[in-house]
Formats: sequence, C-alpha cells, structure tokens
Amino acid sequence: MSGSSGADARPLSPHLQVWRPHVTMAASITHRITGVALYFGTFLIAGWIIALATGADCYGAIEGILFSWVGSVILYLWAVAVLFHLVNGIRHLLWDGPNIGFDPGKASAVSVFNYAFAILGAAAIWFAAAGL
Amino acid sequence: MSNSQFLTPAKAARGLGSAKSGTHHHIGQRVSAIALIFLVPWFLFSVINAVQGGEDAAIEWIAQPLPAILLILTAGATVYHMRLGMQVVIEDYIAKTGMRSALLILNSFACIALFAAIALSVLKLWIGAGA
Repeated sequence: MSGSSGADARPLSPHLQVWRPHVTMAASITHRITGVALYFGTFLIAGWIIALATGADCYGAIEGILFSWVGSVILYLWAVAVLFHLVNGIRHLLWDGPNIGFDPGKASAVSVFNYAFAILGAAAIWFAAAGL
Repeated sequence: MSNSQFLTPAKAARGLGSAKSGTHHHIGQRVSAIALIFLVPWFLFSVINAVQGGEDAAIEWIAQPLPAILLILTAGATVYHMRLGMQVVIEDYIAKTGMRSALLILNSFACIALFAAIALSVLKLWIGAGA
C-alpha cells in the first residue's frame, strides 16, 4: 500500500465499452452482480436462523416477512442468484482446473444454459416447495 | 538516448504493491467454492423442508447433530467465500486508499461477526434441545 490518499498508479484493464457485447461477457458480469447480491442475501438468510434462536416473537415476525408478497419476490430472486452463481461457479472451476469449455461456441452455449438453469431451476424449486 | 529503454519489466512493476498473497486468495476462493457445491444444494433442500413445518419443526431440525454441523460448515464456507469475493470487488472499484482500507476492514468485521452470530444461534438451538 502506497499510503497516499489518491488512487494508486496501477495499470487499468480495458474498459467494458471496447468489447463487442456477447453472452459470455454478460455471464461474467452477472456472476459478479449475483455474488454481491448474495453477500447481502446471506445476512437476510442468516436472520432466519438468528430469529429462530432468539425466540417465538422474533421468529413470528421473520416468518411474516418471509411469506409476504415482498418476501416471496426477494426469496425467488435470491434462489435465482444462488443457482446462477452456483452453476456459473462450477463453470469457472472447470475453466480454472481441467481447462474445459474455453472454445467460444461452447462458452456461449454454457452461458445461455446457466441463465436458463437459474431462472427455471428457481421456478422448479418454487413449485416443488409449494407442493410440500 | 533515454534511460527507459534499459528498464526491465520487473523495475516497472516494483513499488506498485505486493503480489505475494494472490495465490492464497485464488486457492481459498476455489476450495471454498468446491465445499459450497455440496453444501448449498443440501442447505436449499433442508431449509425449504424446515420452513414448511413452522417454528417447532425448524427447531427440531437444527437440534439434530448432522444438520447442526452441516449448518455451521455451510456458514463457515459461505462467509469465507463471500469475504474473499467482496474483497476483490472493493479492490476493483474503490481507488482511494483510505476508503478502500476502511471498506476492506468493514468487510472482514461484518463477515466474521455474521459467522459468530450464526454459529452461536445454531449452538443455542442444539444445546437448548438437550442434545
């Protein structure tokens, strides 16, 4: 750390606008956005367990929020974010470890699959949970 | 003749910050990711089941040894993973040294406090059930 109050004179990576938009790029950005969203989502989910340990009044209040209209929307989006970050994260591990899936056609196809998996998977979980 | 043509790339990179801890960060992020591939699906499945039966069923679920242990492991891997991830996001977007340092410290404090709160809650429910 330089200790200066300004920005370090580090090299910058090329800005987003110089690239032609493509689905692999979108998946990469979505991976980061869902990661940040899940950071805050984890605090909310942890609230459920903490409320459970706090007592009946607290849990009742949390349960009220969970099963409300707003709570359901947030939970659905949370499920989408979890599934996307999970499946796209597995793709990152396959890229990093065995170097699988780098050719452009495959990378694009997997990106599309990841979006579909997240949205449809969350919907499937929703209907499965409603059927319980 | 200018001096710069005799400078090596190493000279250009020196003084711009440490490059010694990147590998540890990279591996830590990926090892916690591998743990979460197993823990997150378990967590989703279990929590959906636990929520359905109301408060008593949820407490009964956490009071068993295996769910209690797996919950604490899930919390540990999640908090470690999200702390590393947020660290990179802060380092990428916050250029000012003071604000960056403050957010990095806040990130560490928030994540560790969250883990402590979850672990204590699970232990309280587990011990409270008389297991």
